[in-house]
Amino acid sequence: MKASVGGYARATDLQHAITLLEAADGMARVLAGGQSLVAAMNMRLSTGDLLVDISRLSELRGVTDEGDTIRIGALTRHVDVEGNALVRDHAPLLADAVKVIAHAAIRNRGTIGGALALADPAAEFPACVLALGATLHVMGSDGERTIAVEDFFQGLFETELEPEEILTAISIPKAEMGERQVLQEVTRRSGDYALAGLCLVKRQGGHRVTMLSVGEQPELATDAMAKLDDGDIEGAIVSLRAEIDPPSDTKASAKYRRHIAGVLLRRAVDQVTGDAR
Amino acid sequence: MTLQFGNPDRPNSYIGKTVPRPNAARLVEGRGKYVDDIVLPRMVHVAFVRSPFAHANINSIETADALSVKGVLRVLTGADLAEVCTPWVAVLAHLKGLKSPPEHPMAVDRACWVGEPVVAVVATSRAAAEDGAELVDVDYEQLPVVTDMMTALDKDTPVLHPEMGDNLAFQRINEEGDIEAAFAGAHRVVSAQFSTARHTGITLEPRSILVDWNPAEAQMTAYHATQAPHMMQTVLAKHLNLAESRVRVICGDVGGSYGIKVHVYPDEVATAAIAKIMGRPVKFIADRLESFTTDIHARDHKIEAKIAVDKDGKILGFDVDDWTAIGAYSVYPRTSAIEGNQVINLCGGPYDFADYRAKTTVVFQNKTPTCQYRAVGHPIAVAITEGLVDMAAAELGLDPIEIRRRNMYADDAYPVTSPAKMRFEGLSHHQSMDKLVELMDYDALRADQAEARKKGIYRGIGIAAFIELTNPSPFMYGIGGARISAQDGCTVRMDPDGSIVALSGVTEQGQGTEAMLSQIVAEGVGVRPNNVRVITGDTQVTPYGGGTWASRGAGIGGEAALRAGRALRESILEVAATMLQADQNNLDIRDGEVVDSDTGAARMPLEELGRIVYFRGDTLPEDLPRELVQTRHYITSEYPFAFTNGVQASYVEVDTDTGEVTLLKHWCVEDCGRIINPQLVDEQIRGGIVQGLGGALFEEIHYDEEGQLLNGSMADYLVPMAAEMPDMVIGHVETPTKESELGAKGAGEAGTAGAPAAVMNAINDALRPKGAQVSAMPFTPERILRALGEIED
Repeated sequence: MKASVGGYARATDLQHAITLLEAADGMARVLAGGQSLVAAMNMRLSTGDLLVDISRLSELRGVTDEGDTIRIGALTRHVDVEGNALVRDHAPLLADAVKVIAHAAIRNRGTIGGALALADPAAEFPACVLALGATLHVMGSDGERTIAVEDFFQGLFETELEPEEILTAISIPKAEMGERQVLQEVTRRSGDYALAGLCLVKRQGGHRVTMLSVGEQPELATDAMAKLDDGDIEGAIVSLRAEIDPPSDTKASAKYRRHIAGVLLRRAVDQVTGDAR
Repeated sequence: MTLQFGNPDRPNSYIGKTVPRPNAARLVEGRGKYVDDIVLPRMVHVAFVRSPFAHANINSIETADALSVKGVLRVLTGADLAEVCTPWVAVLAHLKGLKSPPEHPMAVDRACWVGEPVVAVVATSRAAAEDGAELVDVDYEQLPVVTDMMTALDKDTPVLHPEMGDNLAFQRINEEGDIEAAFAGAHRVVSAQFSTARHTGITLEPRSILVDWNPAEAQMTAYHATQAPHMMQTVLAKHLNLAESRVRVICGDVGGSYGIKVHVYPDEVATAAIAKIMGRPVKFIADRLESFTTDIHARDHKIEAKIAVDKDGKILGFDVDDWTAIGAYSVYPRTSAIEGNQVINLCGGPYDFADYRAKTTVVFQNKTPTCQYRAVGHPIAVAITEGLVDMAAAELGLDPIEIRRRNMYADDAYPVTSPAKMRFEGLSHHQSMDKLVELMDYDALRADQAEARKKGIYRGIGIAAFIELTNPSPFMYGIGGARISAQDGCTVRMDPDGSIVALSGVTEQGQGTEAMLSQIVAEGVGVRPNNVRVITGDTQVTPYGGGTWASRGAGIGGEAALRAGRALRESILEVAATMLQADQNNLDIRDGEVVDSDTGAARMPLEELGRIVYFRGDTLPEDLPRELVQTRHYITSEYPFAFTNGVQASYVEVDTDTGEVTLLKHWCVEDCGRIINPQLVDEQIRGGIVQGLGGALFEEIHYDEEGQLLNGSMADYLVPMAAEMPDMVIGHVETPTKESELGAKGAGEAGTAGAPAAVMNAINDALRPKGAQVSAMPFTPERILRALGEIED
């Protein structure tokens, strides 16, 4: 199939990009790395929109140390997230996640901001930033605002972003001394979307557990987290299986995903406690 | 003079050596020329509106909006094409009872599967054609669908094609001996249900055709990614009412076929019909979604089978009930009954036993048609046979290697006719098994398996012996009335500069045909392979032949090339003997030079001979034959097929918590007769194994109950990828066929034939301590966990 595009404009700076989005009146799509959008266009699942290309806005790229947090520019490519020393030191979950995101060609172009703004429930980064308790920085015509990650994801491919807003950066709290961050998943093939995946962050304040590919959006598994905080691993597994509502599709049934959620949680806990297999 | 294949130091010893592929550099540099690379003046593009329903009447078609799109030139319906193109019926006389209704290039009144072409939109670009296609308004009236194979013949299931009477396309029983008595008197009977998933062969280059109709010459030229150019020539001529001599099919570079590109596709014939209607070159390139919905599917089988053994593990009989559903039509012209027919011909293949019964039931349904895909029927028959043999071994407490050794035909038993009435000229099951056991270090592997199990790690070893049908005679298609050539030809000529040109009727699909031909001709004539230019895939240029299918290229096309090359060598030597006033019997051609055959002393380079023949022929005796071109055709005649054999082994690890299967290592020892190019054979085996592993673990086309295809993309249909593939060790035994001087049999399908069964047996070997067993492919993590009882409905 051949893509059907409504137009293309390359933004010269952030303000220009927002002006373009405003003028398009909801009929524009932000083009960053293009690794999901272009594929959708080539299947004519997305047609007729103006493409606002922000890929040259260098101010949205790179990782900075902000004291208690690190700030990752939205256009930072997956491969650069993986290789960044600040990320490795302070948010190792993200660096680990990159290893299982798709394939090298996609990691070389895809951006963390694009992955979060798309809000694919099967993608790693949304579940990771939720587990890490990130803050998202957004620029719109009324200026900058921040959104707590717990408020950002609003359903299947839906976020808190307005049509004329652009996600500019993500702030991640630096890992505490002794904090553990673990990602576990089951895939049919290396690089595929996971049949199910699980992020576990263990902090002094408690555990944070999120999953991918088990619902319409990444969500905190609060019941399982509470059980883990109580040291009740078996209870956490039961709770986790009860509080998710996974889909059935051609790759796995809901029952399989629910079962695997428990397996992944046990493995994540084992990994955190050093009892990894 | 016969070739001394046993002597690797013989002159011009290219047969049996790995030589560079003549087309490799061109393809690697991106200088290949595929159909989509060809641009002709006034060329237009076609996109098809395809049925979104599995079964629907077409009440009306509104095309005005589509015609208003910029660039759209014409919109055609099935009725429009029916005026210039006759429908076809895909049956073969020797497949008794096979029936299928007439099929048009586009649906006329009724669409019978999701993806069937309904309307063609022709435009100056593919994008404009797609824009137009989106605006075609078809009024469909949905009809009841037939999707489930096992209920297709039930009384309350609607009949898909009412004029056919029922949904049965074909049924056959292959029977020998007294199966009831064999099973009644058996020490043990083991039965199982197997299923192989509907899948397809993913070609890197999608189906592609560009058809140019020149009314001034009444000449049609089709640039086509096909395995069988001469077959397509006949088909296009017949159904578009053209003289066969006025249809030229050109097959340039092809990006993989695997059987997908050996069939007649409605949209490709439609493209030719549109070219004839419009008098302009028309291009159709399938996109990936079209590939999934319209390339032939295969392997959709469900089987109940049982094996009878005596107390020593001697096989007494097999009883197999195979069902397959082939979609809405039998595929033209090879038909969709062949796969089921192969299954019932191939079960029990390696084994010496007496009583056999195998039945196949082939039914219609509202899905994409199925047809022949690499290793047609073999992976199914091998899974049934080898699955049952392993289950019987476990029942008797026998080692899987040992039970096979007790039952395989002895290596000196040939010729022999099997209970399935297959005739074997010469096979090497025991030698192959011995070599496999040595290559894999079977005992050490068993020790590793035991050691792992102590740590709670479940590993398993699976063995699968197989036979493979290659070098087909007219018994495959010709006797059924299809104009599909089992013979093949090669013309070899010497040009003035002493270089050699070989024109062959077999085709290059990316698998190395041209390399194979170049080294055979090089050895046959006595020149270096890089001095042989090979031309294939042009019906107006090459000798008439069948093309590439059923592992026939090397065995049939290679033998024709060898004979033509040897004949040219004699022609050259006859001229050389006169020029040198020598005895022809004392001359030879080596490295492009005429030499004394005893001493090897150089007498004359071929370019000098070429100079004299072509430019100073006046200096040669008037009656001296000087045709430096020879053509030979070859057909097998003593055996319907040249069977090959082999055995594969798989070592896997099963994660019993998640159901994931890791392929640790894979072995294959096969016997394709004379090996022409060891590297090409090894990589054919490896590539074949990969496709077999795809069937075992990954590939499955999903439909819902309404006949909607659910996974038509490379993200959702899982092909085997490099990261999951194990290291593969390939070994060979060579039992040349005595039918030809070359002695080559086919090697292209052995890997695919045996790999799924080997993996299935390995998984079951790993799961046996937990009392679990799988037999429904692909073996997904979910199916493994369900077998283990970890998840239940």
